Amino acid sequence: MTRQEILSELKKVIAPYTANKELLAGINEDTDLIKDLKINSANLVDIIIDAEAKYKIEIDYDSADKMINVGTCIDVIGERINQAG
Amino acid sequence: MSRRVVVTGMGVVAPNGIGIPAFLKALQTGTSGVKFVPHYRDLNFSCQVAGLPDFKWDSLANYISEVTLHGLKATNIAYGLVAALDAWADSGMPYDTDEPRWETGCVFGNSTSDTEAMKNVITRVDNKEVRKLGSRVVEQAMNSGVTSYISGRLGLGNRLITNSAACATGTQAVLMAYEYIKDGYAKRILTGSAEHVDTYVYGAFDSMRVLSRKFNDQPENASRPMSLTAGGFVPGSGAAALVLEDLEFALARNARIYAEVLGGSSNAGGQRGGGTMTAANPVGVRRCIQQALETSGVSAAQVDLISGHLTATFADKQEIQNWSDALNRRGRDFPMVNSLKSMIGHCLSAAGSIETVALILQIVHGFVHPNINLEDPNPEIIEITGIDNVPVQMTKKDVNIVAKANFGFGDVNSCLIISKFNN
Repeated sequence: MTRQEILSELKKVIAPYTANKELLAGINEDTDLIKDLKINSANLVDIIIDAEAKYKIEIDYDSADKMINVGTCIDVIGERINQAG
Repeated sequence: MSRRVVVTGMGVVAPNGIGIPAFLKALQTGTSGVKFVPHYRDLNFSCQVAGLPDFKWDSLANYISEVTLHGLKATNIAYGLVAALDAWADSGMPYDTDEPRWETGCVFGNSTSDTEAMKNVITRVDNKEVRKLGSRVVEQAMNSGVTSYISGRLGLGNRLITNSAACATGTQAVLMAYEYIKDGYAKRILTGSAEHVDTYVYGAFDSMRVLSRKFNDQPENASRPMSLTAGGFVPGSGAAALVLEDLEFALARNARIYAEVLGGSSNAGGQRGGGTMTAANPVGVRRCIQQALETSGVSAAQVDLISGHLTATFADKQEIQNWSDALNRRGRDFPMVNSLKSMIGHCLSAAGSIETVALILQIVHGFVHPNINLEDPNPEIIEITGIDNVPVQMTKKDVNIVAKANFGFGDVNSCLIISKFNN
């Protein structure tokens, strides 16, 4: 999967957790989940759980801590997909 | 200075009507909200009927954000939210605010978290999938979940209390809200209570053999308070909410005023003198009613209507006797009395708040709602009340002062005195 493919799938995972759909449509790798998308920090856990289910991967707690913006999310998910593959 | 406390908004999610207009119509027409539940038959329950609100989960999208709705599983919270937000809107106030509403608190009761929703949690934990639970379980499992969801939506910044006193919860919540305002701690309290009798709580009551079991084939006739054929109560679910305000505060914003809370009392029978975990000590009940009248400055003779607890068990007769002893009124002199449970079953923690909304509607619209399913009144009860005071048809009547009581497991009692508003 390319980073662009992961990004477009990631948008769907994030969608239920942000009220700002316009901002979500225009996200890039620098978009911060909490500061820019105004996602409740407690909900980051739910995004990670949903991503695990979607990509059939496991994201350990330490890697999850790195998932702060869209770019780092793609890093971690991409890495796990490659490991699984 | 002691302040006067008035009701300026109401909302309800009842088995026989969601929203005040539908509920009012159901009260006036004596419409039952009790339905047959095939799932209970499949589980070999002896009682297979319940008072169930015709609730559309999707309607929550009109009340809370999509983000909040995603992951909401607890039915008791959903009921409480809709009732509370409807009451707030009914009181003429917008939901949104940037600043906390420091003057407004919330006292909202419930029995337990939604154990059907908790079943999912238990299953995942037992399957070693605790990592998949996510962030939304604790806030819905905690007993203060309902209060937290309501206060979060409206930005309430005064005291937030979640009360629980079994079947006396709803009445007790309104009483606490009244006291906080009267004593000057808050200008406005959004109060009420919610109950979702899920399969497991229902099953536990069924096992106690206190539920109606002979009317599964005619659900609308299954809840029969004060009748000879009262063979147990019908569990019900729902919620109701009321906006209580300091009178001057309400007048300053030109709020519409439904009624005035004059006072009340909450006590216990100590599980002594005939009182147990599940039965009321009659002395405790009488004291509760008499203290409620005393704190309200109302004489027993002024009570126009009793909104009873009256669940349709053998305790109905003792309750009527207690009212008669507490008020020292009997026969023709007895006040009119009705039980909303004949229409919606016993909504446990939510009973007190739903019944309080019902009695206020009777004050405002000048009627006494019928006791349905009372073709065969218990003669021992009628001997105390007189036949005319237990109406089976909607009765037009000027209702000025209502005494409302509920009694719960743990031998707890709560009584409210509510009157028409006269400035």
